[in-house]
Amino acid sequence: MDEEQSNSRRSFIKTGLITGAIAAGGLGIMEVASQDTSKKKGDTVKLLSPDGKIVEVDSSEINPQIPDSLISTHNVREGVPGKKFVMVIDLAKCKNAGRCKSACSKMHYLPETRSYIKINKMQDSDKASPYWMPTPCFHCDNPPCVKVCPVGATFKLTDGIVGIDNDRCIGCRFCMVACPYSARVFNWDTEYQINVVRFKEIKEHAACSTHVTGTVEKCDFCPTKAAKNELPDCVQACPNGVFYFGDENEDVVSNGDETVRLSQLLKDKSGYRFLEDLGTKPRVYYLPPVDRQFPFKDVEPGTT
Amino acid sequence: MEPIKIKLDKSNELLTDLMPRKFGPQGRLWVGFLLLVIIIGAVAYYRQLKHGLVVTDMRDFTSWGIYISNFVFFVAISLVGSLVSAILKLTNVAWRTPLVRISEIIAVAAITFAAIIIIVDMGRPDRFWHLFVYGRIQSPILWDVIVITTYFVVSCLLLYIPLLPDIAVCRDTAPASPRWKKRFYTFLALNWKGTSKQYAIIHKSINVLAVLVVPLALGIHTVTSWLFATTYRAGWDSSNFGPYFVAGAFQAGCAGVIAVTFVLRNHYNLRKYITNKHFDNLGKLLVLLSLIYLYFNINEYLVPGYKMKTVDGEHLHSLFRGSYAPLFWSVQIFGMILPIIVLLFKKGRKPLPIFIVSILVVVGAWFKRFLIVIPTLLHPFIPIQNVPESWHHYVPTWEEWAITSASLAGALLIITIFVRLFPIISIWETTEEKMNATATQTGDQTQFYGA
Repeated sequence: MDEEQSNSRRSFIKTGLITGAIAAGGLGIMEVASQDTSKKKGDTVKLLSPDGKIVEVDSSEINPQIPDSLISTHNVREGVPGKKFVMVIDLAKCKNAGRCKSACSKMHYLPETRSYIKINKMQDSDKASPYWMPTPCFHCDNPPCVKVCPVGATFKLTDGIVGIDNDRCIGCRFCMVACPYSARVFNWDTEYQINVVRFKEIKEHAACSTHVTGTVEKCDFCPTKAAKNELPDCVQACPNGVFYFGDENEDVVSNGDETVRLSQLLKDKSGYRFLEDLGTKPRVYYLPPVDRQFPFKDVEPGTT
Repeated sequence: MEPIKIKLDKSNELLTDLMPRKFGPQGRLWVGFLLLVIIIGAVAYYRQLKHGLVVTDMRDFTSWGIYISNFVFFVAISLVGSLVSAILKLTNVAWRTPLVRISEIIAVAAITFAAIIIIVDMGRPDRFWHLFVYGRIQSPILWDVIVITTYFVVSCLLLYIPLLPDIAVCRDTAPASPRWKKRFYTFLALNWKGTSKQYAIIHKSINVLAVLVVPLALGIHTVTSWLFATTYRAGWDSSNFGPYFVAGAFQAGCAGVIAVTFVLRNHYNLRKYITNKHFDNLGKLLVLLSLIYLYFNINEYLVPGYKMKTVDGEHLHSLFRGSYAPLFWSVQIFGMILPIIVLLFKKGRKPLPIFIVSILVVVGAWFKRFLIVIPTLLHPFIPIQNVPESWHHYVPTWEEWAITSASLAGALLIITIFVRLFPIISIWETTEEKMNATATQTGDQTQFYGA
């Protein structure tokens, strides 16, 4: 039904263009309209294929059109078409700078003390040196949280993201106990709830939770950024390039400084997934903390 | 089948002994006390609705607290209904008759408050209807909703249908005023006339319901255990959890019915109907159920304790030797080992000792659920860090204690009001047994009804 709605909206825009009687209802519609016209069939783009050849493809085949609903009035149940988001976290580079957490808090209008990302001190054995492990939501392909939700308030999207519908969540917190990674947080009090009207004005954040009291939320992989082919704020904020974010379909991830092939990176650096034996199939990979860039210092900047 | 004739005049001592009586000063004080506890709980719940679940001590790691453990406790207690009215019936245990109604009202009261307390635990109780509109059958919570609703309905029927002839007695003996009372009983008696056809229907219905309620009872507690066992958490990730919960529930429920029966027997002077022999039999039953529960406890703690896998080991360590050790060992000793030892002796099965032991079992059962729910949540796979110090512990706030106490008081109030309105021991079934006993001339009935 949602798809029907957005389709009818698009055809409405097209009709508007043809008759020339468009009354621009807002910048968002103008943007989408201009995108529509710029992408005529027949335009070709030269691209470098994964095996090193130059190929020409129709421009309509790359960067599939972003549904308007993802940017202006974000529909939490709609994934970005054609994408399979994936994250790689290089543990060798993390020194617990904490920038990912503060950027995440800023992006999601959370107070400084709250963040969807946790930076955990881990030690695999007594003799191994400890290391820092940032944990966002793993957006598992076999998500235990989604399985147990009694009302379908958390779900798997086509782009791999595990989404939450804060208008449906009943606050039973079964997903929180089902998640083996403690990725989910709860809005225990009314303090952080954001006025929805005010929130809607901030268009680029339309996809993020308004912290509805009595409901669960978590890292959402910043779907608005992802839809616009931008990197999530935690990835951009990290001074050490710990986070790589990208698209499994394209087999590309980037940490902002370098863009690499996902499969090659995981192969070369022995990428693994945390607690693989649980069978949850996380979409977040880790690169082992070997050949560290920083010595481990047990400080926790910016935390309480 | 011969209709059961219940004499409605003063010559029938069953009526003078068993008909509901007005509360005396003690009764009024008791009801007042329960109401006070409920009012305090209501104030606490109002605060929770206003400020959110922040008034509790639950936080992102201990995201379930005593509301959930209390819920499990209520579900456990409610199993007693099926134990006495179905399992003992299907196994032809004759001495169960005066206990059936007591255990069935305990079941109804407990399952009612199990449902209420789960709504109290919700972050958005205003969205409760989402469960019915958007319900996903894949979620164990939906299984629990379905099976608890069904169990509630069947338990109510198991309480109500065998009550019909006695409601008719109330209707026929109630004085003309106050009129609401007469109308109340007339309405509830469903035009009961006491014909043999009606009695045949009642017997048949009870038999059908007794068979139906056994799988349901196993179902509610097994499904409740799956709320935990379907997760990966240390201490919950156990295929043993279903039978472990069911065994614990029967033990707690049996102790619950012993405790309530003792109080009612003393207060309403029912020694003629509930004899020492009843307590002796219930004591033996409680030993058996405690032994079964002990068996499952050994399975549940010894097997992972033998392996001591990393996170499991940390969790078990906190129970065996860590911060939860005093509570854990108290619960295991006073709620399980001690009852087994005391009740193995005939002297231990006298009413007073068995009452004290039952109270220990019930209190132990409540805290056992606490120990099942909370320590596990404090031992996630990624150790708790970078959070305020208070998030590393869980100490329920006064609001949580007040609401939980109010739910317990509410369940007791339901039982109290029921006893005030209806005969707590079935008059018609007692009459029927007496008839059968005289008919077969076994002469054995003095064992149960003699002084």
